[in-house]
Amino acid sequence: MSDLLDDPREGANEPEFTVSEISSAVKRTIEGTFDHVRIRGEVGRVVHARSGHLYFDIKDDRSVLGCTAWKGQAARLTVMPEEGMEIIATGRLTTFPGQSKYQMNVQDVAVAGEGALMAMLEKRKKKLAAEGLFDLDRKQDTPFLPEVIGVVTSPTGAVIRDILHRLRDRFPRKVLIWPVAVQGERCAQEVARAIEGFNAFTDGGALPRPDLIIVARGGGSIEDLWGFNEEIVVRAASASNIPLISAVGHETDTTLIDFASDHRAPTPTAAAERAVPVRAELLARLEETESRRINAMRVALNYRGEKLRDLSRALPRKDALLGQSQQRLDLASARLPSALTARVSFGRSKLSQASGALRPSLLARSLQVAGERVDDRAKRLSPALARRTRTAQDDLSKTAARYNNIALAPQIERRKTDFSNLLARFTQAAKAQQTQHTNKLDALDRLRLTLGYTATLDRGYAVVRGADGTVLTRKKDAKSHVTLEIEFADGTLRLGESGTTKASKTKATDDQGSLF
Amino acid sequence: MSDAKVEEMSFEQAMGELEQVVSQLERGDVPLEQSITLYEHGAKLKKHCEAKLKEAEEKVAAITFDGDGAPKGTTPVEGL
Repeated sequence: MSDLLDDPREGANEPEFTVSEISSAVKRTIEGTFDHVRIRGEVGRVVHARSGHLYFDIKDDRSVLGCTAWKGQAARLTVMPEEGMEIIATGRLTTFPGQSKYQMNVQDVAVAGEGALMAMLEKRKKKLAAEGLFDLDRKQDTPFLPEVIGVVTSPTGAVIRDILHRLRDRFPRKVLIWPVAVQGERCAQEVARAIEGFNAFTDGGALPRPDLIIVARGGGSIEDLWGFNEEIVVRAASASNIPLISAVGHETDTTLIDFASDHRAPTPTAAAERAVPVRAELLARLEETESRRINAMRVALNYRGEKLRDLSRALPRKDALLGQSQQRLDLASARLPSALTARVSFGRSKLSQASGALRPSLLARSLQVAGERVDDRAKRLSPALARRTRTAQDDLSKTAARYNNIALAPQIERRKTDFSNLLARFTQAAKAQQTQHTNKLDALDRLRLTLGYTATLDRGYAVVRGADGTVLTRKKDAKSHVTLEIEFADGTLRLGESGTTKASKTKATDDQGSLF
Repeated sequence: MSDAKVEEMSFEQAMGELEQVVSQLERGDVPLEQSITLYEHGAKLKKHCEAKLKEAEEKVAAITFDGDGAPKGTTPVEGL
């Protein structure tokens, strides 16, 4: 205990820092000592924050160093750090007092060594190839003779001059230059934008749409050409609907845009050669074709003329073709008049033969024979009809007689008697049945009367009723009533009212009714 | 013979067709009437090709941009 209390007392005259004070002191020391450093290492985790800042680690086999690049700095980086990449970062060391950390603020990133750069390029190439950006079936043919050529390159320098010279030699065309930076941090973005920009032009728009694009750059180091390896450039070239020729660097340099373009030219001059045919050659070819056309027609006409002459020579003379037929015609026409005369005289002789036998007496005789036959038939007609009528009448009488002879009368008589008998029997039976029913009815009525209470009234019984007409069979019931009605065989007597006569009088009408 | 209007053909199309027409004429196996039609069609194609070859004018321009970097117009380029 005393040791603990002693210690602070021993050092009490040393200055005390606050945390912030010591943090600031450390920051000053670090920033002052490592104001500009280049650090080589392998890139670890990389984070692109939404704010635009870039955070990444670089490491070796034992240590890790946190790195930051603020939004503006990150945009200017020529090489974007990727995990696994061996880089040299340039910048200064600083601290982050909030987390007791030291870190590096990076101003530039370079790939460490050509080998590492090539390895990265190879990796990127594989990735883009896997997406199909380099597929052969995406390649378009360059037009045979473009009207407008769009050239994406630096507006100054040998490259554009080489292209224009070669175009002029071969086939002067309209050329639209889209000026871009061909190296440095703006290169990739500008080249990609230029390719997309040309594709955005519409036919008949304010600016003529090229039917061919050349992306060109002269030779340089791999770092100089690096922009043409960037993904945005490769994607723009691959997506271009306008055929695209790439000519970047020297023949031996290959950048990724060369894989995505429709045609890779080894040099800008070669790109111009690919772009247009040689006009003079075309003119010569056209001239040659033209003379072939004229010659072919001449040959065709000559050949047909020759053939016509040959054939006409082989054609027989007209007289020879017609002579024989003419002769046959002549012969026939000579024979025609005499043949006609002969035919007429033959006909005439046949006519006179036939008319010789035709005389009036022949006809008269056959008319007479027919007349006689008609007269004969007419005479026989009337008697025959009379005979036929008689026969029919006889037949009729016979049939009628047969019907008269049938004895209908006795039969009718018999039926009549049967009917009367039946009627008498029916009447008798009906009467008997009626009497029987009447007797039965009387007997039943008598029985009814003996069973009813009215018959007993004659024998000295009487029915007692209350004022409301209910039959009273017990004394106690009768006591509760003020008035009573007693029915006798010959009428009703009312008791207990002001006057019995009056009561019986009221009932008299009913009694009189029943008496009647 | 294609139906496309000769005037609307590209140089390559017209030249290709002209060569076809000439070979047909040279074979000599087409009827006379048709060869006359082919001959005349060939003349039209030749005229069109010739016109296309004569339109060989060089015109070089560079694109200009507005403040946002969008293409605005062109400016002629000379002396290259």
